[in-house]
Amino acid sequence: MSLKLLTCPINGSRPVSEFAYWGEVRDMPAPDQATDAQWADHVFNRNGAAGIKKEWWCHTPSGVWFIAERNTANDEVLRTYLFAK
Amino acid sequence: MPFGLLRFALRSAHPEPRMFRTPARLKPGYDVVIIGGGGHGLAAAYYLAREHGITDVCVLEKGYLGGGNTGRNTAIIRSNYLTPEGVAFYDQSVKLWQDLASDFDLNLFYATRGHFTLAHTDASMRTMRWRAEVNKHLGVDSEVVDAAALREALPMMDLTCGGHAPVLGALYHKPGAIARHDAVAWGYGRGADRRGVEIHQNTEVTGIRVKNGRVTGVRTTRGDIATGKILCAVAGSTPRITDMVGMRTPIYVHPLQAMVSEPLKPWLDPIIVSASLHAYVSQSARGELVMGASLDPYELHSSRSTLDFAEGLAAQMLDLFPSLSHVKVNRQWAGMADMTPDFAPIMGRTAVDGFYLDAGWGTWGFKATPVCGKTMAHTVAVVRNHPLIEAFGLGRFANYRLTGEKGAASVGH
Repeated sequence: MSLKLLTCPINGSRPVSEFAYWGEVRDMPAPDQATDAQWADHVFNRNGAAGIKKEWWCHTPSGVWFIAERNTANDEVLRTYLFAK
Repeated sequence: MPFGLLRFALRSAHPEPRMFRTPARLKPGYDVVIIGGGGHGLAAAYYLAREHGITDVCVLEKGYLGGGNTGRNTAIIRSNYLTPEGVAFYDQSVKLWQDLASDFDLNLFYATRGHFTLAHTDASMRTMRWRAEVNKHLGVDSEVVDAAALREALPMMDLTCGGHAPVLGALYHKPGAIARHDAVAWGYGRGADRRGVEIHQNTEVTGIRVKNGRVTGVRTTRGDIATGKILCAVAGSTPRITDMVGMRTPIYVHPLQAMVSEPLKPWLDPIIVSASLHAYVSQSARGELVMGASLDPYELHSSRSTLDFAEGLAAQMLDLFPSLSHVKVNRQWAGMADMTPDFAPIMGRTAVDGFYLDAGWGTWGFKATPVCGKTMAHTVAVVRNHPLIEAFGLGRFANYRLTGEKGAASVGH
């Protein structure tokens, strides 16, 4: 079973083709305090193995950005919600 | 049917010898352990045995031989890349390909077809000219052709692409070829096996032992193995293995899908690629049209297929070849592509002593199978990176020395 619908926190369940994927939610190190190695690690390296990840998604017709918790091994979405600081 | 075959009808023994042996158990240790029984891993085993005399080697494969991306790619071979390090590397591979069938004494159905990369915009014509000049400078047969030449070579193609993306010209690469990908894995597997390499299928690596920055062994579902050298050649499973040695990499995994049509009479000789349309097609020796597109849009570690892909690609194919509208799609599938930020591989020695990577082969790995095997075998045997792979080390990211292969490595990223 593959992902066909995704729930936008504002617009509800929509076809996955309306959404854009923007990668895992990551913390940026403070640019003026990070070492060169830490910064390069942030710029390039990724958590590439399968697992449940928090990801940025965008519902492109309405421009709603939100977070989806998704298992990247089987495409199961656990929940979606708006970003809150 | 030859009557000689009849006498095997009632026998349980198989008349043909197997391509490779199936060893009953793992030995407690090997000089070299290769993780991944695809083309790259088996080629490395083959060249380790043939060119370096290292035969105490075992290849561990969690599924069956050649069942990963080796058997899932669209089997295109070419060397018209963009960067000098890329062109030199892939050109070496094309040369190895041309002798491979006689090396193996096995028919690989290697067919030199010619390869057109279509340009639909001025910007992509400019890139084609750039690529052609880099290629020619490095001795690779590559030239820019105009729409009139395309019309002559491919009368069945709609050069206006349904009116929305007129083809202005193309990069033509005469040595572009296709081969039967399964046979490549079998050929390397048989060649390695005959020289003493052990191939263990259904054997999954579950852990890697590292002591004082050196690898000491591998844990598998069939027992532990001691070894000082591990070559990781596992494509889409690379992050899982690098996690076992605590190594961070830029690799991200997206599925790449493909599909084939029902078999047709010989209709399309060259290989056609359009980066703007996100589509490419060639006709296999069996007559099927082998078609592919760009990567799936998000990370997934699964080889599922989608209707979105088949629909989208069919629409693009019909823009190019309207006469295919009654041709049926027979099947579709996917592989897991281990992508890198600069669309070049990650190869060679690593910060962990004895742990060698042949990874980041994303959507461009099949054509490189022979040269990867050869350069990785050299690197493992002499414990020094082969000169052809020096630009591809994992350390290039921390040093911001990325390669510039983006745009030439694959379709439409």
